[in-house]
Amino acid sequence: MSIDLSQFHQVFFEESYEGLDTMESGLLAMDIGQPDSEVINDIFRAAHSIKGGSGTFGFSQVADFTHVVETLLDEVRSGDRAITQTSLDLLLSSVDCIRGLLEQLQAGDDPDLSQAKSLKAEFEAVLAGQEPSGATQSTESDSASSTSESVETAGDQSAPPPSQDNVGEGNGNEGNGNEGDGNEGDGGGSHGWKIYFCPEAELLQSGNEPTRMFRQLSELCDGQFFVKAVTNKLPTVSAMNPEYCYLAWHIELRSAVDRADVDEVFEWVVDSAEIIIEPLALASTSTDPIASQPASETASEPSSTQPSVQANTPAAAIEPSKASANETSEESAKEPSKETAKANKSTAQESSSIRVSIDKVDSLINMVGELVITQSMLGQLGRDFDISRVQRLQEGLAQLEHNTRELQESVMKIRMMPISFVFSRFPRLVRDVSRTLSKKIELVMAGENTELDKTVMEKIGDPLVHLIRNSIDHGIEKPDVRASKGKPETGKVHLNAYHQSGNIVIEIKDDGAGLNTEKILQKAKQKGLVPEDAQLSKEQIFDLIFHAGFSTADQVSDLSGRGVGMDVVRSNIAALNGSIEVTSETDKGTRFVIRLPLTLAILDGQLVRVGEQIFIFPLVSIVESIQSDDQAINNVGGYSDVLKLRDEYVPILQLSKAFNIPTTQKNLQDQIICVVEADGEKSGVVVDELLGQQQVVIKSLEENYRKVEGISGATILGDGTVALIIDISGLAKMSGVSLKHLDSAHKAA
Amino acid sequence: MAKILAVDDSASMRQMVSFTLKGAGHDVVEASDGTEALEIAKKHEVDLVLSDVNMPKMNGIELVKNLRQLPTYKFTPILMLTTESAGDKKMEGKSAGATGWIVKPFNPDQLLSTIKKVLG
Repeated sequence: MSIDLSQFHQVFFEESYEGLDTMESGLLAMDIGQPDSEVINDIFRAAHSIKGGSGTFGFSQVADFTHVVETLLDEVRSGDRAITQTSLDLLLSSVDCIRGLLEQLQAGDDPDLSQAKSLKAEFEAVLAGQEPSGATQSTESDSASSTSESVETAGDQSAPPPSQDNVGEGNGNEGNGNEGDGNEGDGGGSHGWKIYFCPEAELLQSGNEPTRMFRQLSELCDGQFFVKAVTNKLPTVSAMNPEYCYLAWHIELRSAVDRADVDEVFEWVVDSAEIIIEPLALASTSTDPIASQPASETASEPSSTQPSVQANTPAAAIEPSKASANETSEESAKEPSKETAKANKSTAQESSSIRVSIDKVDSLINMVGELVITQSMLGQLGRDFDISRVQRLQEGLAQLEHNTRELQESVMKIRMMPISFVFSRFPRLVRDVSRTLSKKIELVMAGENTELDKTVMEKIGDPLVHLIRNSIDHGIEKPDVRASKGKPETGKVHLNAYHQSGNIVIEIKDDGAGLNTEKILQKAKQKGLVPEDAQLSKEQIFDLIFHAGFSTADQVSDLSGRGVGMDVVRSNIAALNGSIEVTSETDKGTRFVIRLPLTLAILDGQLVRVGEQIFIFPLVSIVESIQSDDQAINNVGGYSDVLKLRDEYVPILQLSKAFNIPTTQKNLQDQIICVVEADGEKSGVVVDELLGQQQVVIKSLEENYRKVEGISGATILGDGTVALIIDISGLAKMSGVSLKHLDSAHKAA
Repeated sequence: MAKILAVDDSASMRQMVSFTLKGAGHDVVEASDGTEALEIAKKHEVDLVLSDVNMPKMNGIELVKNLRQLPTYKFTPILMLTTESAGDKKMEGKSAGATGWIVKPFNPDQLLSTIKKVLG
C-alpha cells in the first residue's frame, strides 16, 4: 500500500513552528541558576517531536541537526548537565536554524545547511565537554568522523523517506550481529531453524502472544512450520494461574529463512524468554519428533494460547504466497509515492491554512441551522401569500436580517486570531537587541489575547518590529545615562493591545529619552522638508518623523537606520486602513498608538453622492466634512483650487472631474467638501451630498473587472447597486494634488 | 479489522498513523496525551494501543502502567512509538508492560507490517 506522506507536511510544519515557539519562549524564560524542570521538559519534548516528525516525513537534514539539540537537552533534563549562558545562546540559535531549515523546506527549496553545520559542530564541542570557541575542531577523531558522516547524509537532498530496508537494518540489528558472531552465516539456516522458546510465566501480561509469533514464523517458512509444546512445567490444575504461561516449545522451520527474520519475530521477548536458535540439520527433517505431536498435548494450556494447536498443522489457515505478494506490492509502490511527493511539494507552500477552534465552527453550524429554519419559514409564507400576512413577512425578514448579521460576524471570527501570534516573537527580539546594545530592558506585554484578522496580523508584524527596535535603539538610554537622570537602570517597553470602538489599538510605549523636537526640526529643515522659518507645533514636529527619508540617528546603527524608516511603517499601516500617532515627552518616553480595523474584508464607510454615482470613503480617512463658503476657496496659479481650513491650505479635488461624472453643481461655492487625509497629506474632496455611514463588504475590483486608478474596490449596497470605494492616496496622485502643490499654495498665500 | 488507539502529541504523526491504519481497514481512535488515551481506553475497548513515549500530562510509559492496571487491558498489545533507538526507552517500556515498540522514523508500510505481528 502506498501512502503519500506529503499530505501530512502542512500539519507537520505548523506543529513544528509551534514547537519552536514553545522552545524559544521556554529558553527565554529560563533562569540559568534554577531552571524549571517543567519548562525544560516542554522544550525537550518540542525538540523531540520535531526530530521524530522530520525523520518520519523525510526531512533527514532537520532530523539530523535536531538530534544534537535534543541530546544536549536530554542531558540537561536528566540533570547530567547544568545549563549555561553559552548553551542557552546555542539553543536559541538552533531554534532559529531549525525554523530556517523548515521554512526553506516548506517553500520547496533545498535548505542551506551551512548554519546547521557550524552550529552542530558547536553542539558537539559542548557535548564533548569543551566550550565552543572560534576554533571548533574536535580533537576526537570519532566525533569528527561522525560529523562528516552526518553532513553527508544531510547534504543528500534527494534522500528519500526512510525506506523499508532502512528499518530492516534498525530492527534487525541483533539478528545481523548474531549472524556475524556465530559461524553460521547464511549457510547456517539453509535447511531451516530449530528453535527452543521458553518464555517467562508473565509473558502474556505484556501483550505478547506465542501463537502470534508462531503464525509469523509459519508465514516466514511458507507453512513448513512444526511445533511441539514442552509441558513439564505445567502445575496441577489447582495451582495454576490462568494468566501465566507455563509452556515452552520446540519449533522447527523447515525451509530456508533469514536468521534476521527469525530474530525479528522474537525481538520483543528476548529479555523475557529463553530462546535458543540453531540451524536445522538436514537429517532432522526425516526423523521427525515434532510432526507426530498430538494436538491434545497443548489442551491444558490457557485458552489464549490454544490457537497454537492449529499452527501445528503445516500451512493451516495460511496462504503461503501472502507475504511475498505483499513485498512485491510494496516495492512497486515505492517509486510512484516518491514522485507524487515531489509534485505536491510546490503546491504545499502556497496553501496557507488557519486553525479554528471547534467552538467557532459549532456556532457557525448553529447559525446556518437557524438560517435554514428562517428560509423555510419564508418559503412557506411565499407559497400562499396574501396581504393579511404582511406582518408575518416582516417578522420573517427581520429574523433573516438577524441571522445574516450573526452569520457574518461568526464567519469573520474564524479569521480572527489572538495577537499573541505576533507578540510572541518580541521577547526574543528585545533580548537580542538589548544584549547587542548593552542596555537593560524589560518588555511588558498586555492584551495578548486580543483578536484580530489573520491578514492584518501578518502585515502588522514588521511595522511593530521596527517600532520596538526603534524604542530600544533610540528611545531607551544606556544604563549609566539612565542612572544619571535618576531613572532605574532597566528601561521598560510596554506593548499593549486592546479593542476600542470596532478597531484594534496597539500601543508601544517606552520610558526612554523621548523624541528630541529640536533635533527633528533641525533635521527636517536640513533635508528641506519644512521651510527654514517654519513655526511648527509639537505634534507637527513629531509628525515629521513619518516623512520619507527622515532619520535622526546620528550614526546609522546595525539595528535601525537601514533605510526602512518610519515612513514605511506609516504607509504599511495606512495600507491596512489604519493610522499611527505618536506622543512623546522629553526624558519620560515615547508612545506610539496604532489603530487598525479588525478586518480587511469589511470597511466602515462614508457614502457620498456625486451626480448619479455613489462613492464610499473609508471612514478613518475622513478628517471632517464642511460646507464651503466663498472666502475659504482660492484659486492658485490658475490650475488648482485650495481651501483655507483654519491655518492650513488644503488642495481641492473634484470627484466629478476626476471620474468625468456629469453633475448639476458647477460652482465650487456652497459645496460640501470632505477633508480627507492620506499619506499624511490632507485634501478636500468636493461631493454633491453626504449620505449615511455604514459597514460595507469589500469586493475586489481587480478580480471582477480591472484595476482602476483612484478606486480601491467596490461593494454592493442594500438596493443591489454597486458603489466604488475611493482610494484616497491614489486619487490625490491621479489628480496631481500633492504636497508640492500644497507648498506652492502656501507660498502663494 | 481491529480497533486501534493511536496516541501521540504530534498531530502530524497522529494523522499519518491514523490515515495509514484506516487505509488498511482498521478502526482508529486518537488521543493526544496519556490522560486522554486512558479516558478513551476506558470507554472503548480497543484491540491495540500505539503510543508515543514523550507526551505532556501523562507520558507513554505511565500510560502503559495505567492501562495494565485495567482488567480489560491486561493482555492487550501495546506498542511504543519511540525515537530512542538506544535500548533504555524500549526496556523502560517493556518493564512497564508494553508489548513491543516501533522505532521512529517509520513509514506507513513499516507500521502496517509491525502491527501485523500483534493483530490477528
